[in-house]
Amino acid sequence: MEFEAVIGLEVHVQLKTESKIFCSCSTQFGAPPNTHTCPVCLGMPGVLPVLNKKAVEYAMKMALATNCNINQTNVFARKHYFYPDLPKGYQISQYELPLAEDGWIEVETEAGKRRIRINRIHMEDDAGKLIHDELRPVSYVDLNRTGTPLIEIVSEPDIRTPEEAASYLKKIRQLVRYLKISDGNMEEGSLRCDANISLRPRGRKELGTKAELKNMNSFRHVQKALEYEIRRQSALLLDGTKIIQETRLYDASKGVTHSMRGKEEAHDYRYFPDPDLVPIKIDDTWLEQVRKSLPELPDAKMGRFMEEYGLPEYDAKVLTNSIELADYFEQAVRLYPKAKKVSNWIMVELLKLTKKDDHDLSKCNVTPQVLAELLSLIDKGTISNKIAKKVLEEVFEKGGSPSQIVEREGLAQVSDQSELSAIVEQVVQDNPKEVEKYRAGKKKVMGFFVGQVMRKTKGKANPQMVNELLRKLLDEN
Amino acid sequence: MAHITVEEVEHVAQLARLRFSKDELEEFTNQLDAILRFVGKLESLDTEGVEPTYRAIEIVNCFREDVVKPSLPIEEVTANAPESEEGAFVVPRII
Repeated sequence: MEFEAVIGLEVHVQLKTESKIFCSCSTQFGAPPNTHTCPVCLGMPGVLPVLNKKAVEYAMKMALATNCNINQTNVFARKHYFYPDLPKGYQISQYELPLAEDGWIEVETEAGKRRIRINRIHMEDDAGKLIHDELRPVSYVDLNRTGTPLIEIVSEPDIRTPEEAASYLKKIRQLVRYLKISDGNMEEGSLRCDANISLRPRGRKELGTKAELKNMNSFRHVQKALEYEIRRQSALLLDGTKIIQETRLYDASKGVTHSMRGKEEAHDYRYFPDPDLVPIKIDDTWLEQVRKSLPELPDAKMGRFMEEYGLPEYDAKVLTNSIELADYFEQAVRLYPKAKKVSNWIMVELLKLTKKDDHDLSKCNVTPQVLAELLSLIDKGTISNKIAKKVLEEVFEKGGSPSQIVEREGLAQVSDQSELSAIVEQVVQDNPKEVEKYRAGKKKVMGFFVGQVMRKTKGKANPQMVNELLRKLLDEN
Repeated sequence: MAHITVEEVEHVAQLARLRFSKDELEEFTNQLDAILRFVGKLESLDTEGVEPTYRAIEIVNCFREDVVKPSLPIEEVTANAPESEEGAFVVPRII
C-alpha cells in the first residue's frame, strides 16, 4: 500500500524588539543569568504586564506578508502548565481571538509552486532556559529569555513531503528576514519548528492518527525527522499496528524520533482570557500604516527583477534570496547599468567568495561601487576578465579600490600596438616548428602562441589584439 | 448533587504538581464543593444575551513603547530563591 504524508508545521519566531513583550527588560542574548529580569517577567505576584506596541506591529507585518486576515479585535489568554522555565505558571498566548487567521504562502516544490495555507498567527511570550548540571541532580534556571516576544505561525496540514516542509520553513525565514522582524536563525533558536505528521493511504480523504515532533534545530533536522517518521509510521501501519497520538522528540545524533511517553500530561491548559491585558483593537488607519511600512516582498521583487532588468528567473531568484543581496544588486546596477553582467559577477564570483548560505554583503569590502568600477575597467579595456577576477579577490581580502590595485600592481592590460607587435614577432621567431605546423593547417597551434604571449606579458596582453596580430603574422606568409 | 468529585480535585492537584493525602483530598473536595455551590448561585440568573465580562475596565490598546529600562539588580532577583548559583536559580533536575 502506498501512503501519503499529511504534515502541518507550528513555527515559533522570536521577534527582535529591543525590550520584552510585557515589560521593559532587554531581549539581548548572552547576558549573565537572570540579569535581564524584573518582577513582571519573574512572575511575581501583583505585577501588571503592559504590551509592547512594536511587538504587535511586527506580528501584523508577518500576518500581512502571509496574506492573513487580521482580527480587528484580538485578545490574550493564559495557557497553564507547570515547568521551572515558566515562572508565572502560565504562558500568555492567544487562543480564541488570535491576531490573524486564514493566510497562505507559496512555496517551491519538486512539483512546482504550491500554496500552503496558514491557519493562524498569534502572539505569545517565550519561556526561560534550563541548563542541566552534568554531575549533580540539579537544573539551573535562567529567565533572561522569559518574556521575549514570539509569534506562532500555524500551517494547515497542506504539506505532503519533508522537502516541502523544508521549503515552507525557508520561505518563512526569508519573509521574517525581509520584514526585519527576526533573525530567523534555527540553530540559535530564534526560529523553532514543531511538526504534526500522519499518514493515510494515497487517495483517502480521512486523516490518520498524528504524532507531534519536537526538538528539531535545523532545516535538515526537520527534514530528517519527518523522513524517519514516515518510515516508522508506514512500517507500523503495514504491520496493522495502531499509531498512538503522542509527542516524539527528535534525536539528531541517531536520526530517530522517540516517544516522550507519559512525561506529558494530557493537554489540559485551562485557557482563559487574561484579565490583566486589555483587548487589542486594530482599526483601518493602523492597519494601513503597517501595510505601507512593508518592504517589497520576495516574490514581487523577483518578478520585478525579471521584468525591469530582463534577468532570467534563476538569476532573479538567487538575487532576491535576501533583501540585502537584492539591494546590493540594485545599487550596483544604478552605477553600472548592464544588469545581466552585474548579476553574473555577483552570482558567480562574489557569492563564491562569501560564506555559503550567508549572502550578507553589508560588511564586504567589495561594495556595489567597487563592483561597478571593476566592470567599467573591463569595458574600457583597461583589464581583462581574468585579471578582473584577481582584482576582485584582492579587494575582497584586503580592501582598496580596483583602479588603485590595477595601477599599483601594474595589472593594466597591454593594448599598445607596437609593444604587442614586438612580443608577437619574438614569439613567432622563437618557435619555428609550431609556425610550420600552423601553416601546414594545424590551426589549433594558435592557442600555443597566444599562451606564449600571455606568459611573456604576465597575462596582461589584450587577448583580442594578440589574436589579431598573430593571425596577421602567421597567415600572411 | 456534588459540584466537584474527588477525582477532579486529584486531577487539578496533579496539574498543579500538588500531592495530597486521602484525608486532605476529602477535606478539599468538600471545601471546593461548598465554594462552587456558592458561586453556582449565579447560574440561577438569566444571562441570555449578556456578553461575558473578562475585565474590570473597558479600555483597549494599552501599550508601551519598545524602550529598555533597567532590570532588577541580580541580588534582588535571587533574594527569595531557596538556592541560587552565579545568578541562576537552582531547582531539582528536570529532564
